Formats: sequence, structure tokens, C-alpha cells
Amino acid sequence: MGKTIRVLIGKPGLDGHDRGAKVVANALRDAGMEVIYTGLHQTPEMIAEAAVQEDVDVVGLSILSGAHMTMFPRILELLREKGAGHIKVFGGGIIPAEDAERLEAAGVARLFGPGTDTRDIVDFIRKNFAQSA
Amino acid sequence: MASERKDDFAEAKKRWRRLYEEWGTEDVDFTTVSGAPVEPLYGPDDAAGLDYLRDLGFPGEYPFTRGVYPTMYRGRQWTMRQFSGFGTPRDTNGRYHYLLDHGQTGLSVAFDMPTIMGYDSDHRRAEGEVGRCGVAIDSLRDMEILFDGIDMAKITTSMTINAPASILLAFYLCAGEKKGARFDEMGGTIQNDILKEYIAQKSWIFPPEPSIRIITDIMAFCADHVPRWNTISISGYHIREAGSTAVQELAFTLADGFAYVEAGIAAGLDVDEFAPRLSFFFNAHLDFFEEIAKYRAARRIWAKRMKEKYGAKDPRSWLLRFHTQTAGCSLTAQQPENNIVRTAFQALSAVLGGTQSLHTNSMDETLALPSEKAVRIALRTQQLIAHETGVVNSIDPLAGSWFVEAKTREMEEAAEKYFERIEEFGGVVKAIEAGFFQREIGRAAYEYQKAVERERKIVVGVNRFQLEDETIEIPILRIDQQVELDQRSAVAAVRAGRDNDKAARELVRLRTAAEGSDNLMPVILDCARCYCTEGEIIAALKEVFGEYVETPVF
Repeated sequence: MGKTIRVLIGKPGLDGHDRGAKVVANALRDAGMEVIYTGLHQTPEMIAEAAVQEDVDVVGLSILSGAHMTMFPRILELLREKGAGHIKVFGGGIIPAEDAERLEAAGVARLFGPGTDTRDIVDFIRKNFAQSA
Repeated sequence: MASERKDDFAEAKKRWRRLYEEWGTEDVDFTTVSGAPVEPLYGPDDAAGLDYLRDLGFPGEYPFTRGVYPTMYRGRQWTMRQFSGFGTPRDTNGRYHYLLDHGQTGLSVAFDMPTIMGYDSDHRRAEGEVGRCGVAIDSLRDMEILFDGIDMAKITTSMTINAPASILLAFYLCAGEKKGARFDEMGGTIQNDILKEYIAQKSWIFPPEPSIRIITDIMAFCADHVPRWNTISISGYHIREAGSTAVQELAFTLADGFAYVEAGIAAGLDVDEFAPRLSFFFNAHLDFFEEIAKYRAARRIWAKRMKEKYGAKDPRSWLLRFHTQTAGCSLTAQQPENNIVRTAFQALSAVLGGTQSLHTNSMDETLALPSEKAVRIALRTQQLIAHETGVVNSIDPLAGSWFVEAKTREMEEAAEKYFERIEEFGGVVKAIEAGFFQREIGRAAYEYQKAVERERKIVVGVNRFQLEDETIEIPILRIDQQVELDQRSAVAAVRAGRDNDKAARELVRLRTAAEGSDNLMPVILDCARCYCTEGEIIAALKEVFGEYVETPVF
């Protein structure tokens, strides 16, 4: 019996589309993970700080405002600065394939687009967390 | 004789029901997209008690179930109004000219997130967001560019703006004024529906009380000076997109509408002074008949309440006029061309439901902002409905369908139950503070997701009929990073080029007005005229009103 996976679901940026973030938060909780949801309109600093304070294993970011190319790299950088580079970051939202490739190359573990089955996200987190633990 | 025939009917129905059970049905959920049960067959017994004059009436007559105008689309087609905005004001101005050249009949402005949240383009919180999901507007100067070459006395414009609606309206009116258009000539809509922001769309700035004061100030100002302006577009669209059911969309939206009416009356306005300028904005989702019933029920509920509960005497106060947008949340990133078909069905339901204006989504909106070609196809979809299908010839053609009438009544009754629950909280604001709407919507969204994942609901291309190794072959609109840099320089240039002492004085006047109880609109207009930026005006108001903080629930 492994330790319970702790996940922070974050909504960086200014948009208020929290349907996806909440559905994923519910699905991860129902899958037995401990889920913390930041609420809306968070700055990258607020999210990185919460991730460290809450000692999470994974951070999931939801962005639908088009600011993904700014937000994801900034949060990765802040986590590294805080010595929390081991925390994995995944995400979802309206993110064109080309941008998703660039972000994944820059260190985002995985980006899930519209239509994703939440069980795929659960499997992904379990698999990746098992590798790093 | 009559009772004999009734017995015959009951007997025949039983006979059919037996056969129905014997034959058996497929193992799927026969429910609407909202999860509401649907009978296999509707008949005269399901519409029993329907009184034509009382419950339906004629088009343009109380209770307006069949439509708000006597002529409907024979008198005037719905306005084809594509929501559009991206990049700089100059970029979007180009798209507006393109749409108008292709037969669009009204404009609808999509603002970027910093504009929606009250930040100038050079604010730190605007970083990465400028011009991304709408056009960036920082001051009157940007509004002048946005409407360059467009006759603001002739075109009507809808602006999707809420917390800072008073400011964007002021920019618009001043931009028109500079071109010689009079306030009383300019027509359009501001969304200005803050309650649904707390409930679903989540783009708030101030707490509820000062927010509602600003709204009643706008209603009073426009009643006197901008009579052709729709001062609130009471919106169910975002409630539905956030995951609500059709009944929740209907009930929560109308409850918000009643709350604005009550706020107006409490502010000392005569209901007939402002109610004719209230309009609505609904979603057109995929469940065809459920949507049509929703629009019909909405008109009937609104008319009845406005007349009977709020004592409105002007028949225009009873009319629920509405804009419709097809459901963005129903579109798929998989096989995106299929979205053209989804959108067409949705648009057809809005037209059969009697909408006054319509936005059809583009096929590529789950991937990025729409490209020019995708927008043109979306607009053509409306033109096809209007000119080729023939559905516009007859008013409310589905009336009298036992199914549609039963569904209309069922939705009305379900909405009434929600009104009672909201009353028990002590009204809409109290229910928001208790997280009631947020939880109801969140739960419905999660239930739907689970139904899709268990394949009780089929989404073509997502959980059935998928393509192996699908590659997307439609062009994507990209917003250049340069937009943000250009817009930052533009707002700096505005600040450098204006009379800064005057701007500072107007901002002080605004703070003082906010502390008192005078109407804020005239002062905001003066701030706009001397090129105070949106961010400056909002910052001044924040000093007095503070900011709203939500307790997140999931």
C-alpha cells in the first residue's frame, strides 16, 4: 500500500473557466487521491507557493485563456527555484498541438486536451508518481 | 360518448405500451443531454389542461410563449451577430469589416481577459494574456480604432463585458460622440450581468453590493440618455457552459433577472422605465426539443412574473427578448469538422425557439480562436437556415406538439421549484454566498462527464466513431507575441499624450462619487473623455468598493 498521492489543481491566469479544473479535481479525489484546489485567478507565484506549502506530488494546471505559453514555463521555473523541481506538472485547456509539443519539451509532463477521459489522467498520474517515488 | 372515447384512448395506449415493452429497446439512457427523462411517446394526455389563450396565446401577445413579435421572422430576421475579437483593436477592426462585408448584421465584441478583469495591457497580471481570447481595450483611443470606418449611429453592437461594463460603455459612447453619433441614436447591448459571474463565469471584480449599485446606475442613466441600449443581457450561456442542465440554465438565469428587477425597484426606479431594456442570452445545446422548450418556457415565466409579481404595465416589460449562442462546450477537438454539423442543429433549435439574435460557433473553437474561414462557415450556417430551410415561414411551428408543450410545461414547473429553493436561501446573492449554484452546476458537470466515460452518453468522435491517429487539418489562428508589446506601447503613449492633471482630477472626482450615492455614469464618461485608462478607473473604484473573494468549492 503506497502513500496517497497529493495533487494541487491550479487555475493560473485571469480566465474563470473552472469546469474542467473541477471535473478533474472530482475525478482524482474519487480515484483516492488527496486533491487541493487553488480557486481562480492565481498568479504563478501563488501556485508554486501553494504546491510547496502543501507538499504535493503533482500539480495540474487548467488554462483556457491562451496564456499557456507564459504560465506553464513560469510555474516550472518557480518550482525549480524553490527547490521543488521534483513536483510534476501536467495540464489541460485550449492548447494548440504545436504549443503542447513545445511545452512538453520544456518540462510539462503531459497536456490533456478537450475530450480527455479522466481515467487517462488518473492512470497517468499513478504511473508517473510510482516511477518517481 | 366522450368518456367512451377516453376509454378507447386509454385502452389503445395500453395496447401500444404492451407492444413497446414486448419489442424491447436498446440499452442506452433515453434522457436529454441534461439527464432529464424522456417518455417514448407523447400524446394528448400529456398536454391535458393546456389552455391555448392562457398558456400560449398569439405571437406578440401575453404570455408570449409563441414569440415576442406578431410577425417574428417574416417581419424581421434575427440579427446574425458573430462574437469576435482578438489581438489589437486594429486587428479586430479588420475582422469586423470582413464580417460586415459578408452580410453580418450586428457586431459583438469579445474582449481579452485583462480588459474583462479591469487590468491595463501593461499591468503585471496582464502578462501573457493581452489580445489572446479577445481584443485588448485600454482606453477611449482603442475604442476609436476598433470602430474606425464603422457607422456607430447605424450598427448595433453587443459587448460581452460585465464587471467593467460601465467603463466600456463609456468608451463606446464617447467614441461614437467623437464621430458625431448622438447617445440616443446608438444602440446595442452590454452584458453587465454580474450575478452570473459569481455563479458561473467567474470574472468578477467588486463584491455584489457595489456591483449592483453600478448596474442600477447604468440602468437609470441609459433610461434617460441612451434609450436604445440594452443595459443587461441576463445570461444563461455561461451557466450552461460551466456544466449546468437546461433547467438550471433556465431557472438560474431567470432568478438573476428577477434579482435585477428587484434591485432596480429598490433603487427607486419605475419597473417600466428599465425593464423594456433588459434582454437575455441563452445557450443552444444539442438536445433539440429540450432547447426549444426552454426558450418557450422562459418567455412564459418572464411575462407572467413581470406582469403579476412586479406589476409591470408596459407590455414591453413583459417581453423576454434573447440572444443565443450555440454551445461551445458541445464541440469536440476530435474531428473538428463535425462541429459544423453540431452547430447547425443547435442554431436551428434557437431559430425554432424564436431567438432575436444568434451567434454560431466556429468548428475550430476547441483548438484556438476561430480562423476567418471557420467564422465564414459559421455565419453561412445561419444564412442557410434563414434562406434555404423554410423554417422561418411559419411562427413557432412546433407549438401544439404534445411533446414540445409537455416539455415546455415540465421545464417551467422545474424552474419554479428552483425559484423556491433560491427564496429559501434569502435570494440570489445569499445563495451565491452559500455556494448553492456553484455546487449544483459542478455536480451536473461531473455527472455528465461520468455518463460520457461510462458510455451512457455518446459523443461522436470522442467515445465512439473515433479515428485512429487523427491529425487535425484545419488552420489555426495564432496571436503573435508582438500584440502584447504593441498594446503596452499604445497604452503608454495614451498616458504620455493626454492632460495628466485633468485625468488625475477626474479620477479623484470618481472616487468621491463612488463614496457617495450619485449616479457614477456621468463621471465615468468624463474620465473616458480625458483618456483615463480602464485600469486606472477600476483601480480608483477598487479603493472604495474593495474586491470580491470566492471560497472555491468542488
